[in-house]
Amino acid sequence: MSAPLLDVADVTVRLPMSGELKTVLHQVSFGIGEGEALGLVGESGSGKSMTAKAIARLLPPGAEVHGSVQFRGLDVSAMKWQASRSYRSEVAMVFQDPRAHVNPVRTIGDFMTEALRTNHGVSKADAVRKAVGLLADVGIADGARRLEQHPHELSGGLLQRVMIATSLLTDPLLLLADEPTTALDVTTQSEVMAILDALRRERGMAMLFITHDLELASAVCDRTAVMYAGQLVEQRRSSELHDDPLHPYTAGLVGARPSIDGEVGRLAAIPGRPRSAFEAPAGCAFADRCVHAVESCTQARPELEPLDGGFVRCHRAVELRGRLTGVHHG
Amino acid sequence: MADEPLLEVLDLRKEFGTRVAVDDVSFQIQPGGSLAIVGESGSGKTTIAKMITGLLAPTSGTIRACGHDRSKPAKGTAERRRRGGEVQIVFQDPYSSLDPRQSGAAAIDQVLALHKGGSSSERADRVAELGSLVGLDARQLNALPRALSGGQRQRVAIARALAAEPRLLILDESVAALDVSIQAQVLNLLADVRAETGVSYLLISHDLAVVRQITDDVIVMRDGQVVERGITREVLDRPQHEYTQLLRASVPSPGWRPRRRHEATPSAS
Repeated sequence: MSAPLLDVADVTVRLPMSGELKTVLHQVSFGIGEGEALGLVGESGSGKSMTAKAIARLLPPGAEVHGSVQFRGLDVSAMKWQASRSYRSEVAMVFQDPRAHVNPVRTIGDFMTEALRTNHGVSKADAVRKAVGLLADVGIADGARRLEQHPHELSGGLLQRVMIATSLLTDPLLLLADEPTTALDVTTQSEVMAILDALRRERGMAMLFITHDLELASAVCDRTAVMYAGQLVEQRRSSELHDDPLHPYTAGLVGARPSIDGEVGRLAAIPGRPRSAFEAPAGCAFADRCVHAVESCTQARPELEPLDGGFVRCHRAVELRGRLTGVHHG
Repeated sequence: MADEPLLEVLDLRKEFGTRVAVDDVSFQIQPGGSLAIVGESGSGKTTIAKMITGLLAPTSGTIRACGHDRSKPAKGTAERRRRGGEVQIVFQDPYSSLDPRQSGAAAIDQVLALHKGGSSSERADRVAELGSLVGLDARQLNALPRALSGGQRQRVAIARALAAEPRLLILDESVAALDVSIQAQVLNLLADVRAETGVSYLLISHDLAVVRQITDDVIVMRDGQVVERGITREVLDRPQHEYTQLLRASVPSPGWRPRRRHEATPSAS
């Protein structure tokens, strides 16, 4: 494999919280190739959004970062001025709640064209033309009219499509999409995901797709990584992750979700609650909730090891292989 | 079905100005039954829950619960209290539906004192009993909401609603905000509570898998109208209305691909 577009290596992040530095990410490593889509799945506090923030250099002040993030072979943390500016146009971000990321008193047109005009020296007419073209790409036919409107005049699904179009204005090579469809209705989610998927393939754009929905990630990403307590616990081809998980937590997530079809039975709930990295027990972070945990699991922290074409962070992975079926209602 | 329905909603209508939010909707829930109202934003499903609980007055139509009419606002405290004893609601967000300065135990005790009376030691026993029904220990019951996780808070909200011993519990997206692993715990809990107490559920939800998990019957709403109704399992396995089919096809599952409804939506805003 050639050098990936994005290479995240052993990233550990500690943030100041109530007077002390607390670990929120622990040795996170993964790569994304050109044009590839990687899903990042986890529950609250697993560190999935923090990972995107570390990549986008949006960590809060006072954050202590170890490890490296490289984009096209350049260390992101060492970027200054020009490099940093071009990085920001090559890596775009879309967030969960579009209304929280748009100025309600400015028009959609102002919002969409401002960066192009001020940072890239594009004329107003050209910026508007480009915006209208991208709005058409995301399924908004009457773009010129939309540019005159304010955010409150658009539905959530429409506004999120505007955000996606805006993120594509600088022709990014990588899109960081943080729960972009979580706040949308299911039929709208399907539509927005279809648009995102098609645009990504047409443009050969890579994507880090962050979600709590394992099945959604599997459907639109080549590979999926699962996070728990600030660590990557498994990374695998999406098609294999659901049916043949390697980590007990992944299997637990699959089993805990009620099914849309088949017999209804008691759900295989994971006991306890999700942990943040700084609350994780010594040894394996998942050990206290894991039905397969043995004494050694609580002693040493497992490393992320290659297995079956993927990676897994579990002492018993080899032994449990093939026994952690995702099928529930057994 | 000789029994009188526990909840009977007939030609229920709610208009906001010129907009019809709920358009002549009728349905029933039998004692011990569990019905889901499925729909997306703007379908009118939450407006129906608000009218049943008395937070909104219907424009027309009738609502009868436990043999009493509740289409009109309650006249006086006694009637309001009786209605509260019949129907309780658990909201989506356990962060905003609990008083941040009141422990779970105190919140449950307040409902017991209001609806059930009894000495303080009897009530304390009942608080512990309700706590164990929803899986909360004494330490968690005595903690303030901020010390509890989302799932634990939602358990407090469920225990508080059950304290009035309602015949009907309205679950308004009550598991939607929970993490997958916690959501499974609460769904199992809701199944256990129904089996143990015989309480009926009205689940308001957009999540078809959750609907399948805890309801027997379902109505599907769009733009204030019921477009399909039936036994949950049959409606989900063989949806008849094209909107139900679209909802069903929009749920990600292995092998699923996202689909575009139509190529462009110039009129949507």
